[in-house]
This record gives sequence, C-alpha cells and structure tokens, in this order.
Amino acid sequence: MIPELGHFALILALLVSLVQGTLPLIGAHRGNSGGRAWIALARPAARTQFLLVVFAFACLTWAFVANDFSVVYVAQHSNSRLPLEYRLAGVWGGHEGSLLLWMLMLSGWTVAVSLLSRHLPDAMTARVLGVLGLIAVGFLAFILFTSNPFERLLPAAEDGRDLNPLLQDPGLIFHPPMLYMGYVGFSIAFAFAIAALLSGQLDAAWARWSRPWTTTAWAFLTLGIALGSWWAYYELGWGGWWFWDPVENASFLPWLVGTALIHSLAVTEKRGCFKNWTVLLAIAAFSLSLLGTFLVRSGVLTSVHAFATDPRRGIFILILLAIVIGASLFLFALRAPKVGLGGSFGLVSRESLLLMNNVLLVVAAGSVLLGTLYPLLIDALGMGKLSVGPPYFNAVFVPLMVPLLVLMSLGPLARWKHADMAAVLRRLTFALAAAIAIAIAVPLIYGKWSTLTAMGVLLAAWVAGGSAVAIIERLRAGGLGAQPLHWWGMHLAHVGVAVFVLGVTLVSSYQEEKDVRMEPDDTVSVGGYSFRFIGVREATGPNYRAMVGELELSRDGKVLRTMKPEKRAYLTSAMPMTEAAIDTGLLRDVYVSLGEPVGERAWSVRVYYKPFVDWIWGGCLLMALGGIVAISDRRYRMKKAAASAAIVQGAPA
Amino acid sequence: MNRFLLPLGIFIVLVAFLAVGLNLNPREVPSPLIGKPAPAFELPQLHKPELTFAPKDMQGKVWLLNVWASWCVSCRQEHPILVELARTGTVPIYGLNYKDGRADALRWLKQYGDPYALSIADAEGRVGIDYGVYGVPETYVIDKAGVIRFKQIGPVTQDVLEAKILPLVMELSK
Amino acid sequence: MKRILPFAFLALLALLPGAASAREAAPTAQDVVVEKRMVAISEELRCLVCQNESLSGSQADLAKDLRREIREQIQEGRSDQEILDFMVGRYGDFVRYRPPLKGTTLMLWFGPFALLLVGVVVLVTYLRRRNRRVAETRAALSPEEQQKIDALLGRNDAGQKP
Repeated sequence: MIPELGHFALILALLVSLVQGTLPLIGAHRGNSGGRAWIALARPAARTQFLLVVFAFACLTWAFVANDFSVVYVAQHSNSRLPLEYRLAGVWGGHEGSLLLWMLMLSGWTVAVSLLSRHLPDAMTARVLGVLGLIAVGFLAFILFTSNPFERLLPAAEDGRDLNPLLQDPGLIFHPPMLYMGYVGFSIAFAFAIAALLSGQLDAAWARWSRPWTTTAWAFLTLGIALGSWWAYYELGWGGWWFWDPVENASFLPWLVGTALIHSLAVTEKRGCFKNWTVLLAIAAFSLSLLGTFLVRSGVLTSVHAFATDPRRGIFILILLAIVIGASLFLFALRAPKVGLGGSFGLVSRESLLLMNNVLLVVAAGSVLLGTLYPLLIDALGMGKLSVGPPYFNAVFVPLMVPLLVLMSLGPLARWKHADMAAVLRRLTFALAAAIAIAIAVPLIYGKWSTLTAMGVLLAAWVAGGSAVAIIERLRAGGLGAQPLHWWGMHLAHVGVAVFVLGVTLVSSYQEEKDVRMEPDDTVSVGGYSFRFIGVREATGPNYRAMVGELELSRDGKVLRTMKPEKRAYLTSAMPMTEAAIDTGLLRDVYVSLGEPVGERAWSVRVYYKPFVDWIWGGCLLMALGGIVAISDRRYRMKKAAASAAIVQGAPA
Repeated sequence: MNRFLLPLGIFIVLVAFLAVGLNLNPREVPSPLIGKPAPAFELPQLHKPELTFAPKDMQGKVWLLNVWASWCVSCRQEHPILVELARTGTVPIYGLNYKDGRADALRWLKQYGDPYALSIADAEGRVGIDYGVYGVPETYVIDKAGVIRFKQIGPVTQDVLEAKILPLVMELSK
Repeated sequence: MKRILPFAFLALLALLPGAASAREAAPTAQDVVVEKRMVAISEELRCLVCQNESLSGSQADLAKDLRREIREQIQEGRSDQEILDFMVGRYGDFVRYRPPLKGTTLMLWFGPFALLLVGVVVLVTYLRRRNRRVAETRAALSPEEQQKIDALLGRNDAGQKP
C-alpha cells in the first residue's frame, strides 16, 4: 500500500510540476496586468511539488526500513540483515532511488528559492520557478516512465539481494547527497539565467541574485567530490584518491565550469560586463551536470561507477538533455546579441585577469570532456577503440593548472578597470621570495630533490602568499574588520587551493609503500614508522565475516596504537572487500591493508606512508568553507529589488 | 552567421555523437590479430595429453578455433549451436580449453556433447594471451594460409553464425 | 642458501639494541626491482575484463596472468616499449591508458593546447574590440547620460554598497 502511495505522490508531483512549469511562465510573459494570477501560482506549486516528492521519498525509505521485498528496487538493493543506516542510505544505492534523490534535491532547491525570493520581483521568481518546474517535469517523467522505484515484485522475494558491499560504508550516507546537492544546485543558476534571458533583463541584478545560489551549489559540489575522493581512498585498499574515471570526470566538469561561473558572476555583478559569457557558463554548468547524469546512467562509457544499464533510459535522458540544453542554447542565441557591454576596463585589469581565469578553467573542462568522450567519438566514427586514462589526463590537465595558479595571486591584488601589473608584482615580491625559499627547502628537508616537487610547492606557496599579502596589507591599513565576508570567503577558498596543491604534490612525491609477507612478530617499516604483525583473527559482522589483522604501529620504539585492517566476505556476495586501517595525522597518514593469506600463518600486507595526504581533502573543505563564508555576506540578505534594480537600469546598453 | 549560435552548433554535434554512442558496445574490443597469421603454439591435446596440436597442422584447411572452459557460463549458451554445426560437418571446430582442469573439462564435454575435432589444453592461459583472449567464449575463423580472418567475442549466436561465420567459411573454402 | 639467510639476518638483528625478537618482513615480490617496473608498466595498461581499472589494480584472473607475463618478460630482459608493443599487438590500442600519438589521436593530444591558444587569441581580440566599442558608445551619449553612468559605475568601483 505505502509504495503505491509513493508512486501516486510522484504522479501528482508530475502534474503539479506541469502547472509550475507552464502557467507562471505564461503569466510572466503576459506581464503584471494579465498574468498576475498565474504568476502567483508559482510559489504554491513549488511547495506542493516539494511536499509530494518528500512524501514519495519517505515512502521508499519506509519500504527499505520495513524490508518490503515485494518492491523490486528494495529486493535488489537491500537485505534483512543489512544494518539500518545502510538500509536508509540504500534508498539511493541504485539507479531508481538515486534518481529520486536527485528529484528530492531539485524540489528542495526549488522550495528554497520560493521561500528566499521575497526580495525578487514576482515575475522573476515566477520565471525561475517555472524553469525549475520544467526540469522537474523532465525528471519526474524519467522516473515514472523508465525508472519507477516503486515497481512491485510478485510474488515478493524471500529476502533482498543486498546492497553492493562496496557501498556499505558511511561514504554512501554522505557522498551522494552532497554531490547531488551540488549537481542539482546548478539548476538554480541555470534557472536564473534562463529567466533573465526570457525577460530580456540580463543585468547586474540578475548576477547578484544568482550569485549566492551558485556559490552554495559549488560549495556542496566541492564537498561531494572531496567526500567521494576520500571514500575511494580508504575503501579501495591502495590509497589512490583520484582515478579520472568517466564518472568522476562527470562530476569534475560541472565543478570546473562552476568555478569559472563564480568568478565571472563576480565581474558581472560588480562591473556589469561579460553578461553573455556568464549566462553561457550558467547554462554550461548545469548542462554538464545533466551530461554527467547521462554518462553514468546510459552505459555509453565504461566506468567503475556505472549503473545497470537499460537502453531505454539512455534514449530518454538523451532526449531530455537535447530538449533542455538545446532550447536554452537556442534562447541564448536569440537574446545574447541584444545584451549590453557593460563598463569599460583596460587590457590589464582585474576584469581581464578574471576572464583569463575563465579561459583556463573552461579549456581545462574542455580537455577533460574531450578525454572522457574521445573513446566514444572515435568509436562512433568507426575508427577503432581507444582508452583514455590517468596518464593522459595528468599529462594534459596539470600543465593547464599552472598558469591558473600563477594568476590566482595576481587577480585579487589587481584593481578593477585598470591595473598596474608592475605595482602588483612589487607588492608580491616578498611572497614570491618566500615561496621560492619554501620550494627549495621542502625537497631538501625530505632529502630527495625533484624539480617537479619544487614546482608544486612553489605554486602552492605562491597562492597562499598572494592571499597572505592581501590580508596583511588590509591589516596594516587597519581595515581588516571592515572587510566584507565575501572577501574573506575568497581568500579562504584560495588558501584551500594552496593547501590542496601542497597535499597533492607532497603525497605524490614522497609517499612510500611496501608490499610484504608477514608472519606473527614480523616487522616492516615505512616512512619512519614501524609495524609489528600480531596476527589475524576471525570476526563476524552483521552481514559479513571478516579476517581482522592486527598490527602494532610504533615510531622510534614507542608504540602508538594497534591497527586493524580487515578483509571482509559478505554473505550475499562472492567479492571479498578490503577495509584498510588508517592512522590519520595532520602531517601524514599511515595506511595498512590486508592482502591474501600466503602461508599457514603468513599474510601479504601492504603498508603505506602518505605525507600530507589529508591536505587534499582539507583543502577542499577550506574551499567549500570559503564558499559558505562568502554567501553569509550581508549583501546577499533580503534586500528590496528596487535598490539593486536601480544600478542596473542605468548601465549602458 | 550569428556567433551566438556556435554553442548550439557544438551541442548538436555532441548530441549526435552521444546518440550514435548509445548503440555501440564500449566493451567489445576488435582484435588487432585479424588479417595476421594465427600465433603458433604447440599444446597437449585434452583427450590424449601425450599428443600435441599446433596450428600449422591445419595448413590448407579452413577451421574454427573456439576458446571454452567448463567454468564459463556463457559457453553453455553457444554450445548447442556448436554441436549442431559440428554435425553438419561444414567446418572443423577445434577447442582451446582455457585455464581449466582436465577432469572438469572432460566431464563438461561428456555432459553437454563434444563438437570439437579435438580440444587442446591451455591450462596456464598463455596461448590465450597470445590470441588476445579476454572474454571466454571466443571464436576465431582461420583460413587455409593460417591467417585469422574473423573473431567472435562472446557466445556464437545463430545470427552471427549464419550472417558472418558461415558465409566467410564458404568463401574461404573456395 | 635461501633458508640460511633469514636466520643470519635474525642473528644480526638480535645483536642490535632494542630489536627484540622482531624480524624484518620479506617483500611479497621475489624481486623488488622487477616488481616496481611491472607496476609502472601495468599502470599504463587497462584491465580488459574490468569496468575501468588499470592492470595494476585489478584482481581479475586475466589481470593476474598478464602481470605474470609482464614480470616474466622483464626478467627476460625486454624493454618497457617491447612489453607495451606485445600487449598492443594482442589487445589493440584499447589496452593503453595513454593513447599512442597517431592520426586518430591528434585531436586528443593537441586539442587541449589548441583550445587554449584559441581561447587566449579570442580573449585578446575580444577585449580590444570591446574597448573600442565601449568608447564609441560613450562618444554617442549625451553629456548628462554620460554623467549619470559614471556616477552609477563610479559608485560601484569605489566598493561602496548601494
């Protein structure tokens, strides 16, 4: 009964979103006189749709909690012995449920706009909610027609097939919701852009309205990607943190373009320029989110993350993609030529530096997209089969990031309109000198010189130095307290990038690993840490049996702790799972994973010393935090539309 | 031309590729060995391990080399087709028993029928590597000069047999 | 000899202060140098039977066999390139995670840098043309309009909050 109610709620949600996606748009088009009643429909429709989707999601969750194996999706992705937290997270452990999560996020974002848009003109709100309603129509139809999570299984299964053991991890609880918050959050920037194109009012006010939403989505996406990376790091048993898998790339592409968008929105808001470009980026960021959804769920590319594929789904989502993106790009082509230029600025100015940032980020995104789709392109042209993997991406992507990092220190110090590059560089002299000194010192401390390592450290120190100079200058001027929060947010995020780059550089340069055969009492040491193998014992989990290794970690003869890497055999799956044991520290991780038994009492064991590896995710956390700080700025709080609209009207057309 | 149409144009091209991509199988890898001489080897026969078999023994004949194993589930799917083909005697089928135990393999043939003129045992999978085997079952069509002319990855279906393998065998046998 | 070595090592360790009874664990690989080269080569190669994994990370049977093959070829003294060619000869370019530079991959390898070049050129010409057009628009405005715009923009430039 409850699954049927959930199904019914989804059908109702589709009908409501049809209303939400049509009438308010028509009303806004007619203008205030004729369309007021229809405009007024937007908010209640968005809220009703949200409640219906929440209800449907709750129904599916209930089916998981109550072990209702008469629902196909539950029978495929759960099991009566699955712990409750994974039954809850199992709701999005497969294709159908994760789409419902996608939908839940979309209606959540929509309702947030409906609640927090009181300062917007009603027609604008109606257009934004209308566009979001149309997207909801597409996804609800996709769920209902191709991927219904409430489909019944008659007769019911005795027990479920269980959730893929790889997914039975806290990572599943946090990573997908965060990632989807980000992915789907770009739909708001997209909806604002389309609404602005529809109304013809593509102005600085539009940029101001969509900026906090975009930054929030970007922060969530940053966290989501970082969580996924961290999950892979501890779960896969060998400590890799990024694999350039098509599905990872699919989440990274909107991030790159979203990062460009955040920067270009800043220019559009402050200076009223690059409006067309900013709109195009907003469309692109969300389009890439949609493209990612297509790539993950259609099976056109082989990926470790791919869902079970069904060609019908691929076709449906491709058509959806074609309609949504095609229509928006067409609208863009119609409206963009009439958009004004905005204020003037010199060839060397903060504006042009930010444009350069955009060029680099977009080229980087284009390269990742090219590498990801290239096997498909070549195959489609009948020119053979290729694989494009990590060696390619590292060779192409890293060099593109170098100029970007170099510019990162210059941009925030350069003035709007016209900047004196020589003066900026003079202000950075000390930072540059310090960065060079650090870059030389770090490899010397580690006792292994490598020019590439020194380069990485130099760039990280340079970026951090740029922010330090900016902050110190303000401190001297005594205006630190007066600095707006978004200024602090920017520097926090930039320092996050520096922390990230340092982490990546050091862990890839100085990590050590050993693959050894250990009997009880054997020791192995790596990176100054020593492990003594105590032995392996059996243990039983709720739905698995495990071999638990015990190793005593010590340094300089002092015992630090016992580490317990596991090898798990889940009852419902033949695939053995590795659970690494990690001792996390600010300056290094020590990582142990248990291999196979290689003798009566001997096991193969892998130990890793990974300096600064946590800085990779720490850096991402700082970036996301920077985003959150930036949107807490007073400027973005409720403000009457009139005030911001005033600036805009006067901008040269 | 409106330069603002450029993004739309790029997007349309992309969608066209994606649409074509939907009908492709990204996991099927064409063999670079097609048109090249079948790699030489000499391996013991499955039934009579004291005897060996080498591709050069087949010089002057068109033949099929079918890679199979008792642990391979989809081999059972194609097996009746191979048994039927063997009965017609159109083309000799040689089996490459890949990474299998001899007893298991013999029992399997007894149970499901033996379409092979003879089978050879590649217990370590080394010949499999030379032939670029990555998904059992696989079937090679080898011509009179000992050149690989076609490779089927995955089970031979009735369609593949009638549309590709048999016409090719006919042509090569002329 | 192989049996004596660990004991000799143990005896040596016993002489060291603080070493207690612990023995240094032996590497899993017979030859650490060969293993290192094997891993480096197999990271460049794709596991054919997996979803999208390198040969070095995969636990699939075929991946294990191919790693054994690489190890043996290294011991036979073959170069990395020869081993790579061996793999490509059997499985095609598909096994390489770093596609070879040839006709069909020109776009792949030079595309990103061509894109960057185009991006920079377009950016610079756009900025130049844009400045000219902004200047023309300004010239066409009446003095009052001009003043109004300057006031509005000026207020923004100074960073004051409206």
